[in-house]
Amino acid sequence: MALTGVLRAGFVQIRVLEMDEALPHYEGRIGLDLVEKCEDGRVYLKGYDEFDHHSIILREADAPGVDLMAFKVAAESDLDSFEKRVTDYGVAVDHVAAGEQPGVGRRIGFTLPTGHRIELYAEMARSENGPFTDNPDIWRDEPRGMRALGFDHCLMYGPNVAEVLRFFTEALDFSLVEKVQTPDGPIAVWLTSSTKSHEIAFVEHAEPGKFHHVSFLLESWNDVGHAADIISRYDISRDVGPTRHGITRGQTVYFFDPSGNRNEVFSGGYSYFPDHPTRVWTPDQLGKGIFYYEKELNDRFLGVVT
Amino acid sequence: MAEQFTISFEGSVENFSCPKYARVLFAMEKQGLSHIPVGCRGGGCGTCRVIVTQGRYRTRKMSRVHVSEDQKRAGYVLACRLIPESDLLLRLAGDGPGV
Repeated sequence: MALTGVLRAGFVQIRVLEMDEALPHYEGRIGLDLVEKCEDGRVYLKGYDEFDHHSIILREADAPGVDLMAFKVAAESDLDSFEKRVTDYGVAVDHVAAGEQPGVGRRIGFTLPTGHRIELYAEMARSENGPFTDNPDIWRDEPRGMRALGFDHCLMYGPNVAEVLRFFTEALDFSLVEKVQTPDGPIAVWLTSSTKSHEIAFVEHAEPGKFHHVSFLLESWNDVGHAADIISRYDISRDVGPTRHGITRGQTVYFFDPSGNRNEVFSGGYSYFPDHPTRVWTPDQLGKGIFYYEKELNDRFLGVVT
Repeated sequence: MAEQFTISFEGSVENFSCPKYARVLFAMEKQGLSHIPVGCRGGGCGTCRVIVTQGRYRTRKMSRVHVSEDQKRAGYVLACRLIPESDLLLRLAGDGPGV
């Protein structure tokens, strides 16, 4: 196996204000499949093209935002080796028992200098509703809503991005795919553990632990347009797009869930390999980097977070 | 046509109408107006925060980060979660970008 250690972004637990607004949005409009609702109130969902039990967890709370994001590692033994490496790096590691989420094995967790909780896990049960594997049809039931294939990545806002970059590359073996560089250091970084253009990204922000967006993969630019049609038809709160990013080259539209958490659906972007150089943006070109067609940022995209 | 309430602002002659059961920020945007800054439209970011200084209203749930229990008792609300039950008099009290 060529891909070792951290495989990919596995799941994210998102806080929502009112579940009766949130679930129809994620299930009906984005098109995720409901996996189960548990007694503690958390609701588990997955994209139709994902093999594992779940990738999105919704938790009703007094304030929206992100509880934690977890990465899947290749083997059980990776949890022990990463625990040692993260501890040796100087970051405290704690443990979450198997079964705290349905179908998920033991996890290790830690808090980043940006204030975000990250967890690693090796085991998750296969979904009974995952993609076919024998002479496989392309899906079981025709995709719904925006036809999201699955969870792709998150963008987090918080302080100490330069330190988080060093942690991800030195302790977790991530690669720096793109960055926005100032004379004082990087202010935004796109990081990957795989051939995806990013598994997680960070933007420098004074307040720790903030959530900029969760992103879902679509099959095509046409599906981004279809998602925008759904946004208009159902009066979903649109933020920006459809447009394209200079950074990662993804074709995208941004909108908000009913609790104000930003969502992205996107397609395209390039593949990354570990021998590739980092692409570097200067702050004066950031407008083009973020929105390649408009070539300018807006205050809401820059500043509104949960 | 649904019963309409008038949404006014302290120190301003401007106002707009909001149907009963509608949310104040959405009614404003549908009329192409921009009295109140617009953020996430979901009660999460604080951009559209206002203080209701006169009138009866209810709200959907709002982020505790931007409207604490004490602030809620003092009339702070997020306009995207604000549903009027009478004419309202508002004062801008934004807590986010673009404010």
